Amino acid sequence: MSTPFPLTGPVGVLLEQDVDTDIIYPARFLLLTDKHGLGQYAFSDRRNDGDFPLPLDASRPILVAGANFGCGSSREHAVWALHDFGIRAIIAPSFGEIFYTNCTRNGIVPICLPQDVVAALAARDGETLTVDLEACRVTGEGLDPIEFDISAGHREALLNGWDETDRIVALYGEQIDAYERRQQAGGLWL
Amino acid sequence: MGRTLYEKLWDAHVVAEDGDNTLIYIDRHLLHEVSTPQSFEILRQGGHGVRRPERQLAVADHSVPTQDRAQGIADPQARDQIALLERNCAEFGIEYLALDSADQGIVHVVGPEQGFTLPGLTIVCGDSHTSTHGAFGALAFGIGASECGTVMATQCLSQSKAKTMRVTFEGRLAAGVSAKDMALAFINAVGAAGAVGHAVEFAGEAVSALSMEGRMTLCNMVIEAGSRTGLIAPDATTFAYVEGRERAPQGADFGKACAYWRTLASDADAVFDREIVIDASAIAPFITYGTRPDQSVPVDGRIPASGEADDKALRYMGVSAEQPMDALAIDHVFIGSCTNGRIEDLRAAASIAHGRKVAEGVRALVVPGSGRVKQQAEAEGLDRIFVDAGFEWREPGCSLCVAMNNDRLPAGARCASTSNRNFEGRQGAGARTHLMSPAMAAAAAITGRITDIRSMAR
Repeated sequence: MSTPFPLTGPVGVLLEQDVDTDIIYPARFLLLTDKHGLGQYAFSDRRNDGDFPLPLDASRPILVAGANFGCGSSREHAVWALHDFGIRAIIAPSFGEIFYTNCTRNGIVPICLPQDVVAALAARDGETLTVDLEACRVTGEGLDPIEFDISAGHREALLNGWDETDRIVALYGEQIDAYERRQQAGGLWL
Repeated sequence: MGRTLYEKLWDAHVVAEDGDNTLIYIDRHLLHEVSTPQSFEILRQGGHGVRRPERQLAVADHSVPTQDRAQGIADPQARDQIALLERNCAEFGIEYLALDSADQGIVHVVGPEQGFTLPGLTIVCGDSHTSTHGAFGALAFGIGASECGTVMATQCLSQSKAKTMRVTFEGRLAAGVSAKDMALAFINAVGAAGAVGHAVEFAGEAVSALSMEGRMTLCNMVIEAGSRTGLIAPDATTFAYVEGRERAPQGADFGKACAYWRTLASDADAVFDREIVIDASAIAPFITYGTRPDQSVPVDGRIPASGEADDKALRYMGVSAEQPMDALAIDHVFIGSCTNGRIEDLRAAASIAHGRKVAEGVRALVVPGSGRVKQQAEAEGLDRIFVDAGFEWREPGCSLCVAMNNDRLPAGARCASTSNRNFEGRQGAGARTHLMSPAMAAAAAITGRITDIRSMAR
């Protein structure tokens, strides 16, 4: 999935800590075997709470979130659901590790920034920010540009919309063959 | 400088350096019905085959019913999802353990009991509790559905190397305290995100003394501290468990394998990025009070004071700051899951249930982790003990750990559970989960209240 960068759009905010993937995408909807159209199930047990802060109407491509966002279950449905209602970048102090990888596989840029920087961005609920993945920078009106780190591999894949499976097959076919030959020679129990 | 167990496993599986990541070879892939439909789509769309079908093993667990299986699966979505796994496996040449087979069960129970899980391997599954297999000294971690597709097509994943953390449990556990309490104590000590980015190796006297079942319980829950990978060095206990299992190396190969597996332990001079020491002898039975697995206290403790406790979690759980946990009334009990659905767990629960009755108004389920666990339990008469006491004896599956099948709790229900997550809605929208050990859950079933197992021991 390719996303045009730089990405410019309004910010949504969900600053609660430890929002797990069960909250993002409750388990009862895991019976669905498609990955498209899942946005309608996102935050199902939260979205009708009076104090739920995030508009779920595809109007907020950039999400500013609390620490350990996407912790817990590996369900990629959580990422597909967020993508389905338009989220293309998530800025948080930290992420669940599997969720982080799932984001990079699906055209969502996960951006780790220090807690105080995230808190400052959260004050801009509804305002427009730009995520420049080429330059690894978040910019906005009246905001000193904020640099962020992302691995070169993830950055390239997100910028180019590369499919990871195709990439490995194309680049490393011979090395995988060679590894398997070495392994066969060394370990009979495999 | 010496290397850690994690570093040895990593080094043995490097296929190529891949920019700022490393391409790692994946020896084994476990599949279940929930995280793989979209993975097989990746194969079809990309025109990929499964590179090494014999390195994959599939079984349905998350959405399977745990009763009345002879009548088929009532929920059409679950029925379709399980049928799809079976069809996908047939199309791509992957072995599928059928729902009516005695081998069916939770992936993380089935893999080890079949000898599919072995020391020294890399093992992945589209499930965050894949860390369970690290109990054997395998590099095992949960992945997403897209990664499952990549593994089937290439037998590889591009990964960044984790930092290392060693958690040493010094001394011995007291009576009535189990591996589950060690896991909850560890998570409480480091926090729900305390081990993010780290591969966690468990060591020390109390870890060495654990059975493989206990070691699996401990490694199973590292994801609840944010780590994808738990590890324990393979030793004589490991080898004794693996020997003779049908997918494990046999005869002379087993001896050669053991010789290699013995080299995997962290070197004496290996340096970990982080070291934590926990006094095992001081651990009491642990219980969670909130909606994160690190929100826990010893059973004889109290919920933290207002301001320290997470008020939102307390509101959801219907408990108050500074409330004692002991004697809190429960109405449901769940004994099972990839954390605590193995034979030793059922024995511990049965030893409490034996000759007693489930309290009035309490519904208590015992869900074995696999068909083999169920058979073993029945051979030992554990099923009779549970049924006579008023527990429901079910067919194997994930059941109330994930509440994807028809085992779901109503809003407001309060459950003493041996599972791994007390997240909001985990056992049903609005339901409340208290995590604890199998013996503690059985005790709660009998008294209808959170009960210190040490007061009931016989």
